[in-house]
Amino acid sequence: MRSAEIAHLLKLEWQLDRRQKHAWGSMALYVVSTIYVCYQGVHNIVEVPTWNALFWIILLFAAFNALARSFQRESAGRQLYLYTLASPRSVVLARTLYNGLTMAVLSLLSLAAYALFIGSQPMEEARLDIFLAVVVIGGMGFAFLLTLVSALAARAGNGIGLMAILGFPIVLPMLLSLMRASKSALDGMGWNVTGKYVLWLLLIDLITVALAWLLFPYLWRD
Amino acid sequence: MKGWWWKLSAVLLLLYTVYMGLHTPLGPALVHASLGRIAPGEVNLTATGYNTHFKEDPPQVWLENDGERVCARSVEPVNDAEMAVTFDVPAGFRNNLTSLWAWSATDGTVVLREAFFTEGLGTGIARPSCTVGDAPRAGFSFPNRSILNETIRNLFFHVPMWFTMMVLMTIALWQSLRVLRLGSMEADRKALSAVDTSLLFASLGLVTGSIWARATWGDWWTNDPKLNGAAVAVLVYAAYLILRGSVPDPHKRARLAAIYNIFAYALMLLFTMVLPRLTDSLHPGNGGNPAFSQYDLDSALRAVFYPAVAGWILLGYWAYTLHERTARLKSLADETNDR
Repeated sequence: MRSAEIAHLLKLEWQLDRRQKHAWGSMALYVVSTIYVCYQGVHNIVEVPTWNALFWIILLFAAFNALARSFQRESAGRQLYLYTLASPRSVVLARTLYNGLTMAVLSLLSLAAYALFIGSQPMEEARLDIFLAVVVIGGMGFAFLLTLVSALAARAGNGIGLMAILGFPIVLPMLLSLMRASKSALDGMGWNVTGKYVLWLLLIDLITVALAWLLFPYLWRD
Repeated sequence: MKGWWWKLSAVLLLLYTVYMGLHTPLGPALVHASLGRIAPGEVNLTATGYNTHFKEDPPQVWLENDGERVCARSVEPVNDAEMAVTFDVPAGFRNNLTSLWAWSATDGTVVLREAFFTEGLGTGIARPSCTVGDAPRAGFSFPNRSILNETIRNLFFHVPMWFTMMVLMTIALWQSLRVLRLGSMEADRKALSAVDTSLLFASLGLVTGSIWARATWGDWWTNDPKLNGAAVAVLVYAAYLILRGSVPDPHKRARLAAIYNIFAYALMLLFTMVLPRLTDSLHPGNGGNPAFSQYDLDSALRAVFYPAVAGWILLGYWAYTLHERTARLKSLADETNDR
């Protein structure tokens, strides 16, 4: 595992995504249409808890949709080729990081679309800096956690259905912590209150990456 | 038969648990007073006790308000659980809330805290305090707590289920690590057997917990970090079984299941250990809410709880070895049939 190798793999992911622009488009479209469907149902949400919960649920489904393709888009042959070139730990670290960045961008985009359609009134009294930090950390956390789950589901050869079954139980506690943290930020609490949640979320993110790094080599070989 | 002694001790410990846990009486307690408010002057009320001996050994009864005592003028036991009490309530209570106390040599001291409300405050009562007995009662009993009452016995059944589940899940984790290190199919079978058995204990934990929650909190399920942790644990291991079911190749199945088990166990441990401490919880032992150590003053609960934990864990391990042996025999039978 070398940093140069990881940088190369990151670049590879980026180039693959640039080549398949529809992948990005499909992720963004998924989020926007989900939010639009919700908008048709509720129009404008004023209560903070409901607004907050709906946002995280939408983001969670967006993450499942975005991450499902992470290990499924490449053929077995190309995977084998990659295996001969790079160490599995570099591959999983690069992919986790790349997915994390993707989800960070996607979660901010979702927030913008969400605020546009469902209303931004609950954000008026919020500590915006903390709230945005929680959104980014949350999006990245989903990505970190679901990268390994996506690899497992792809390996089991059972696609998105299995990914949801494997992913939901382990993402649930993170989702609960995120809702709590962002609710606290939306209520205008400062770092002294929300700080412990944010630290806790960062710790989960870190441990998830460490676990993926440890376990992936066993998953990779056939 | 080698290794029979721990099976025997499991049986003995659980027999002890069931007998002591269900047979030991609760300590006496005052549970109800017929009045909610008192005012200066003569007050007649009926006090109801639980497991008390009012008739057999009529108690001294008094009121206590901010450290000042008012003894009853007369105490007329109706039966062992009911007595009519007359007080001459003086004016000048310093506190709105008054507790009702009783003491007898048989029952020891029993109290109904904040039993009465008095309107209007004074600067203390004029009369000197009366003297009362305070010798503790003899005998072995469980603490009698309001709300918990008789359900306190569930402690010996509900809590050890989760301990046993955790032990079995840890065995499954250990066997999963062995699968990854050695590629052993035997370890995979052991991991599966441990997960199966731990799910059995998890369901028992959920059922006993649900019944307990209904009796004390008034609902079959509450939104509580500890309960969410338990639900997540069950869902994770159900997902583990589904993952196994969807991979046909046994070696690949063993590896994928082991990876998911390790991943999920580590995250679950993190969540169930840390998350409840970040938030408030109704559940004892969390968020500043004490477990039983605070009110188990004479260690009567401990005397049954620790043997119960040991007994249930041994029984769980026993169930796991039996389940694993069945699985091994089945796979052997399959191999012979294939031949």
